[in-house]
Amino acid sequence: MRRNILVTAALVPALLWTVPASAEPLIYGLQVEQAERRFDDGSDLYAWDFDALVGTDELKVVWRSEAEYLTEGKQFETLENQLRLQKPISTFFDAVVGVRLDTPRGEDRAYGVVGVKGLAPQWFEIDADLYVGETSFVRIEAEYEGLITNRIILTPSVELDTPLGDDAELGVGAFAPKLELGARLSYDLLDRAVSPYIGVHYERRFGETADLARAEGEARDNLFFVVGTKMLF
Amino acid sequence: MTATSFARACALAAAFTVSSVTAASAGDYSITVDRVALETGDFAKTAIGYNGSSTPTILRFKEGEEVTIAVTNNLAEDTSIHWHGLILPYQQDGVPGISYEGIKSGETFTYRFPIVQSGTYWFHSHTGFQEPDGAYGAIVIEPQGREPFRFDRDYVVQLTDAHPHSGERIMRNLKLMPDYYNRQQRTFLDFLNDSRDQGLSAALADRSAWGEMRMMPTDVEDLQGFTPLINGMGPSQNWTGLFEPGERIRLRFINSSAMTYFDIRIPGLQMTVVQADGNNVQPVTVDELRIAVAETYDVIVRPTEDRAYTVFAESMGRTAFARGTLAPRSGMEAEVPDLREPPLLTMADMGMAHGEHGSMDQGAMGQGAMDHGSNQPTHTMPDSRVMQGMNHGTMDHSAMGHGTMGQSSGQPTHIMSDGSVMQGMDHGTMAAAPADPFYAPGSGLTPQAADGGKFLSYADLKAQKPLYEHRDATREIELRLTGNMERYIWSINGVKFSDAEPIRLQYGERVRFKFVNETMMTHPMHLHGMWSILDVGQGKWNPIKHVVSVAPGTTVFMETEVDAPGQWAFHCHLSYHADSGMFRKVVVEGGPVGKSADLDTTSNHTTGG
Repeated sequence: MRRNILVTAALVPALLWTVPASAEPLIYGLQVEQAERRFDDGSDLYAWDFDALVGTDELKVVWRSEAEYLTEGKQFETLENQLRLQKPISTFFDAVVGVRLDTPRGEDRAYGVVGVKGLAPQWFEIDADLYVGETSFVRIEAEYEGLITNRIILTPSVELDTPLGDDAELGVGAFAPKLELGARLSYDLLDRAVSPYIGVHYERRFGETADLARAEGEARDNLFFVVGTKMLF
Repeated sequence: MTATSFARACALAAAFTVSSVTAASAGDYSITVDRVALETGDFAKTAIGYNGSSTPTILRFKEGEEVTIAVTNNLAEDTSIHWHGLILPYQQDGVPGISYEGIKSGETFTYRFPIVQSGTYWFHSHTGFQEPDGAYGAIVIEPQGREPFRFDRDYVVQLTDAHPHSGERIMRNLKLMPDYYNRQQRTFLDFLNDSRDQGLSAALADRSAWGEMRMMPTDVEDLQGFTPLINGMGPSQNWTGLFEPGERIRLRFINSSAMTYFDIRIPGLQMTVVQADGNNVQPVTVDELRIAVAETYDVIVRPTEDRAYTVFAESMGRTAFARGTLAPRSGMEAEVPDLREPPLLTMADMGMAHGEHGSMDQGAMGQGAMDHGSNQPTHTMPDSRVMQGMNHGTMDHSAMGHGTMGQSSGQPTHIMSDGSVMQGMDHGTMAAAPADPFYAPGSGLTPQAADGGKFLSYADLKAQKPLYEHRDATREIELRLTGNMERYIWSINGVKFSDAEPIRLQYGERVRFKFVNETMMTHPMHLHGMWSILDVGQGKWNPIKHVVSVAPGTTVFMETEVDAPGQWAFHCHLSYHADSGMFRKVVVEGGPVGKSADLDTTSNHTTGG
C-alpha cells in the first residue's frame, strides 16, 4: 500500500489540470501483471511488469515498468520505464502517448510512444505501441484470462517486439523480431489483490536478431519455468 | 393484549431493540452520525451508523406533525441526511450541492419540515459512500386517519448489503476492473457442461456471441461478497420478530442496499402487499416479491401455526441471502431454504429480440401476462421493425438502438429492437416462467416464485387512493439509461452527471418520463421531491412511487406532477452507478408567489448515491 501511495503522490501533481471539478473520485491503482522468478539452469532472473495509474474516466497517467534482472551478475538485462497518457477513443479502446526510458546494462535509450490499448472482441486484452527512437520498434501484446474456475485462471500471453532498423548496440536486426509466449496459472488468493501463479515463459529471437544473440554467446530461444504473483491494489 | 403477550412484547423490545429516537417534545428529534463497530457474523468492520449503533435507527413521525431534527456530525468528514421519499421543501432534502452544502464535521444541522404523508420510508446519507458504509435508517409515519387494513404487530424489516470493503474502495476496484467482484462468471468448466448439454457448436456460438459484445451474461450483480443484513443482523444472527399465532403482522420491508435487489419470501406464509413506497395499494396477495434498491413494500402476514417461519431474501444474482425469523418465542428457527440457481442474462436483456417470434413469445407472454386480467399492460414486439444503431460487431451500450413503437396511451410498452439472432436463450426456463411485463420477453431476470406461486409484478400495483386528479401529461422526456460496463461509466442519454445540464421542469406541468434501458443492468431510478406515478396501464389507479425499477431491454414510463419548486436530485439508486454518472439535477422553475424556490446557482456537482 505504501508504495501505491508514493506512486500516487508522485503522479497526482501531473494530473491536477485534468481533474474535472466533479465529485467523482480519482481512479488510482497498481496493477502488477508479472512479478516473478524465471528459472533456467543457473542463470535465473527476476522479472516484473506493472502499471501504476492515476486519473479519471477521461484521462489517465500511467507509469509502466518492465524489467528483467539477472541473478548472475546482478544486473538488469532489460529495464524500461514509461510515462504514458491514456485517453478513451472508443468504447473499448484507449489511445496512448508517452515517453519510454531504457536503462539496462549497456546502452540507454529513449523513445516516444504512441499506441492503443484496449479490449478486443472475445476478451483479448491488446497493447499495440510504436516506439520512436534512434531505432524504432513496434510492439504488440495480447493476453487472455481463461477462467478454469472463478478463482483459478490460466493467462496465455503473446508479445512480439519488432525492430524497424538495424542496431548493433542493441543487438537487433531490422524486422527480425523477438517473440515472447507465456502461460501462467494463477489462483486468486486475496480477492484480486494477490494472485500467485506458476507457469512457463518462452522467448525466441528471429533472423538477424537471433544471429546477433548467438554471436554474443546467447541462445536463440529460452524456456523458463516461472513462479510469481499478480497483484492489484 | 394479555399479560403474557405484554411481557413478551417487553422482552422483545429489550432483545431486539432498534434504537428508536425518543422525542424530547412533540416533533423534536435528534440524530448523531457516528463511527460504529459492525459485526455481521461473517466479518467485522468499522462502519458508519446513527446514534452510535449499527442497528438502524427508526424515526417515528405522525402525519401533520411539524418535525425538527437536529443532526450532529461526529465523523471526521462531511455528512448529510436525505429523507428518502418524503415530500418537503427542497432545502430540507439533504443532498449536498443541490439542497444545501451538507453538514461539516462537528457541526449540527437542524432540519425543519412538515410531515404531509404517511407510510414507510427511510433516510440515508447522500455524501460519498456513507450510505453503503452503513449510514441509513427507517422512517415510519403514522397516518392521521385509519389505515385501510388491520394488523396486530408492526415490524420494520430493513435490508442492506453490508460489504467488508469500504464504498470508496469498491468504487475504485470497479473502475480498475469492472468484474472485480463478479465471482459467478462462466468458466471453462461451465463451457464443458454446456457443450455436453447443448452440443459443442451451440456452446461455442453462445460464448462467441457474448465475447463479440464483450459482455457477460452473469453480469447481474456488480458487487458480490456482501453479507445481507436485516435490521443490522446477518443471517447467522437471525433477526427475529415475535408473534402470537393468529395475529396479523405488518412487515415494513425497506431495501437500503447499495447495489442489491432482493427476492423475498416467507415459506409457509402468503404476503398481502398493502403499501408500496409508502403509498397504500389495493391489496394483492403474493408468495414472493422482488424489492428494488431503495423501494419499500409493506405486507401483512398472518401465521396461524405455533411455529417459526423464515423470512428469506435472496439477492437477485443469488450470491447471498438475508434471513430473519418470525416466531412465537425467541430462539426458535425454521428451515432456511437453499439459494436458487443464479440467473443468466439473455440477448433479450441486451435489447435484442428474436428475429422470428418463436416459442419465446408464447412461453413468456402468452400464458403469463394474460392470466392477470384483461386490462393488462401489453408487450409490443415489433415484427419488422428496423433496428437503429445496432452494431453486432462492436455493440456498445450507447450505440445499442431500440426500435420505437407507437403505444396506446396509458399502456406501458416494452420496446424491443429486432432482427438479431438470439443465442444462449434458455427456452426451458423461459417457457415455464410466468411473464412479468416489466421484463423483456425472454429476459433471464424474469422472476418466478420459488414454489410456483404468485410473484408480485409492478403490473399488480394499483393505487388505493389516487393522490392527483388523472390527466394527460403535458410533455414527455426521454431518458435513455446508458453505460459502459468495461469502463464502469454509467450515464443518462450517454452523458455523465459531471458533463450534464440540469433537467428543467416548469411548475404545474405533468411530465411523462420515458426510461429506455439500453444497458444490461437493472436500474432503480429515484426522483427526489415529487412523486413518480408508475404507468402500469391503470390510468388513475397507477401506483404512486418514489423508485421505479427499469429492467434491461425494457422501456418504462412514469409521470410526475411538477408541484415542488426548487432543485432536486434524480438518479439511479445503485450507489456506484449514481456516483459514476447516472445522475441528474432537476430544476423546477416557476410556481405560485411565495412558493417558488429562491434558486441559487450552486454548481450541480455533488456526491452521493
